[in-house]
Amino acid sequence: MARSTPEIPNASMADIAFLLLTFFLMTTTVQSDKGLLMFLPPPPEALPPEDIEIQERNLYKIQINSSDKLLVEGNPWFEDNRKLTDQIKVFILNNGQDPASSDNPVKAIVSLKADRGTSHRIFVEILDAIQAAYHEIYAERAGVTIKDWREISSDPDNSQKPEWKELYDKGRGVRPDGGVEIPMNLSIAEPSKVGG
Amino acid sequence: MSKFKKKAQTKQEIPTSSMPDVVFMLLFFFMVTTKMRETNINVEQRMPQATQLKKLAKKSLVAYLYVGAPKKAEEFGVEPKIQANDVFIETKGIIQWVNSEKAKQDEVDRDAITISLKVDNQAKRGLIADVETELRRANARKILYSANQKLEKDQ
Repeated sequence: MARSTPEIPNASMADIAFLLLTFFLMTTTVQSDKGLLMFLPPPPEALPPEDIEIQERNLYKIQINSSDKLLVEGNPWFEDNRKLTDQIKVFILNNGQDPASSDNPVKAIVSLKADRGTSHRIFVEILDAIQAAYHEIYAERAGVTIKDWREISSDPDNSQKPEWKELYDKGRGVRPDGGVEIPMNLSIAEPSKVGG
Repeated sequence: MSKFKKKAQTKQEIPTSSMPDVVFMLLFFFMVTTKMRETNINVEQRMPQATQLKKLAKKSLVAYLYVGAPKKAEEFGVEPKIQANDVFIETKGIIQWVNSEKAKQDEVDRDAITISLKVDNQAKRGLIADVETELRRANARKILYSANQKLEKDQ
């Protein structure tokens, strides 16, 4: 037995593996598909041409100009977004108590109008504040945290979580006829062309 | 004294023979959980921040549009552009692009496609509104404004 057993040196194995690992770390991306989900209306050509009358009190108007300044219900807005969320919540859940505010959540519409020169950053911030108001209302009604609500509403038809559908309907208040008590009435108007 | 001697004889080396196994495990983890970068993004991508983020349930049903100022300003100018699959497209090319993306999906899922708009912070709303109008015409009406989680103190 003088023959020596041939051995592959494996001291460098770790180095090779590290090299591969580094390669994959550099060339791949962790998919971060997170953001604000929105549903666009049908194309402008398919919409009925008639004017729909909306009462002033049922409309919560937010306007942003080309220098990213806000006008909320006709007044300049300097507060933070948290306060905006709270005000929108009060507006949606007014139910006719304050005659200057909305009649009921079905009629209440939050309108967001930007300018063509508005930056995307501020637009997303305000859209976030509006969605936060609705999500907080929904989450409270369904009795879950806001974080859970966002997860539920991302995928209400999840086959692994059958209870999600129920919670989703409870939060939005689905009536037996299929209507929703608190629909997310968010209107994004065509941007104005004042400053481009 | 003999007690101390015994202690001095214990091995002090960390065994390294399992190191390749550990690293390979890490490697496989990254290989499985990540996806190869398919496109080179040629526009600036500084994501806006938001709190009400939602995840997309079906990742295979997502098509990406990148909007922002071109990285090579001397070649393409400073005005924000739309990038889809490695090329810059104009707003009127969006319908065609959506249709080609839809054609990649199964027939039942075609109208459930989500367009993920990865828009730079500084891009203007006017361009995005034009993109949205075209997406409405192309009947791809579920969109996602890509954003990063905002860190908040009070939440």
